[in-house]
Amino acid sequence: MTVPRFWREIPNRYNLVGTKCENCNTYYFPPRTICPPCRRKGLIREYAFEGSGEIVTYTTIYTAPETFTKITPYVLAIVQLDEGPKLTAQIVCDPSEVKIGARVRSVFRKLGEDGPDGVIYYGTKFTLA
Amino acid sequence: MREVAIVGIGCTKFGEMWDKSFRDLFIEAGLMALADARVSGAQIEALYGGNMSSGIFLEQEHVGALIADYSGLTANNVPSTRVEAACASGGLALRSGVIAVASGYHDVVISAGIEKMTDVGAEKAMDALAAAADREWEAAVGATFPGLYAMMARAHMHEFGTTREQLAQVAVKNHYNGSMNPRAQFRNRITIETVVNSPLVADPLRLFDCSPITDGAAAVVLVPAARAKEFTDTPIYIKAAAQASDSISLHDRRSLTSIDATTVAADRAFKMTKLQRSKIDVAEVHDCFTIAEIMAIEDLGFFEKGAGGPATIAGETAIGGKIPINPSGGLKACGHPVGATGVKQAVEIVEQLRGDAGKRQVDGAEVGLTHNVGGTGGTVVVHILAR
Repeated sequence: MTVPRFWREIPNRYNLVGTKCENCNTYYFPPRTICPPCRRKGLIREYAFEGSGEIVTYTTIYTAPETFTKITPYVLAIVQLDEGPKLTAQIVCDPSEVKIGARVRSVFRKLGEDGPDGVIYYGTKFTLA
Repeated sequence: MREVAIVGIGCTKFGEMWDKSFRDLFIEAGLMALADARVSGAQIEALYGGNMSSGIFLEQEHVGALIADYSGLTANNVPSTRVEAACASGGLALRSGVIAVASGYHDVVISAGIEKMTDVGAEKAMDALAAAADREWEAAVGATFPGLYAMMARAHMHEFGTTREQLAQVAVKNHYNGSMNPRAQFRNRITIETVVNSPLVADPLRLFDCSPITDGAAAVVLVPAARAKEFTDTPIYIKAAAQASDSISLHDRRSLTSIDATTVAADRAFKMTKLQRSKIDVAEVHDCFTIAEIMAIEDLGFFEKGAGGPATIAGETAIGGKIPINPSGGLKACGHPVGATGVKQAVEIVEQLRGDAGKRQVDGAEVGLTHNVGGTGGTVVVHILAR
């Protein structure tokens, strides 16, 4: 991913900043600027998520693209945040420790890098709570 | 709206076609389809080409014009449109052609699908396929395509008790069917042990749960049903062409164990035909991973939710079973040139309904269904075909 494309989303990626529709009280992460049920009636505001949630499903990735080959095998999961939305994220744990329903907590971590001279990407991962 | 018929089909061999270019592949499939329909190039009024990612695979865009050009159709300035919906590009090219003929806009239309995937290495190919998911919020955090389907498999196993062996049986059956298909990439028969002992790609999915990287092209000739007999004695009628969208990301779906767009597209298709699901004699479904076939046969309504795994083990989806699924070998064994797959599915169903499918023929097949999925379910296209 190019630098501006990543940089634009730094608050969202580093601090779990998403959005909330004040009209129907639905939370969005990744952020949405249109609330699907309310559409133009929606009232979208920024919202920083608490960072607690639960594992809905998971996998351990053994074959990964170049950015992630250094860290294979790694655990990837869909996490449901306590406010409601679900997101895809890595879980920092041993593959044998992860299970559906486990409570998790967000952490700031390095995601990967664009080769030895490229940009280092940071973002949110989760640890078992 | 006019009813539409398929009067000609063509499909290349699927596989790692080192000696064939993108151009060679679509020309081969297109000429086969034209010869089958006894149509000349001068009669073609429009062309729709399904292609997912020529930009990444070949650094070539604008392939609508390229296809028309090298098919010799620029002399007539035939309108040629590239259609893209990731792995459902082919199904969408077919539906686009159907709409063009049904509306009365054109009479003789080619719908084709093509993908040349082996001109890049496996790493680049994996990156191209990841573009079918949400690049910013799935792929960028480490999701891979097998990884996303693995998470569906895990959820399905957790919710319904689907087993490792049931998943494996999908690949075993599809390799068996592929062994009888001269076009198939893999014609070797395998066992459950082959699958469960293959390397892990994204737990619980292993190498033999995954469809391969493939080159290939397929094409069909579409005409109004009222004119079909001018071209062939065995027209196959398109009774429904339905499509549905859903969120691009897996994490935004209502369910992780169903593909809702499949259910909706199937409901729309069956409503158009006024047919019961029990009338379907044979189906080609989108088995990009073994779990995808199990979810497909449930979401299409052939089996209750959770019954797909046990039905597969019981042989109900084998040729000769209750509802034969993927007689071509499916994406798993026939191969998965992503943009071509949706059209290849229609080619296989046409051969089945004509009674031309050789050793893999489903006896007495009169009505067939194709099911083509883009990404993890952001786009689904369902067609129902009948003799």
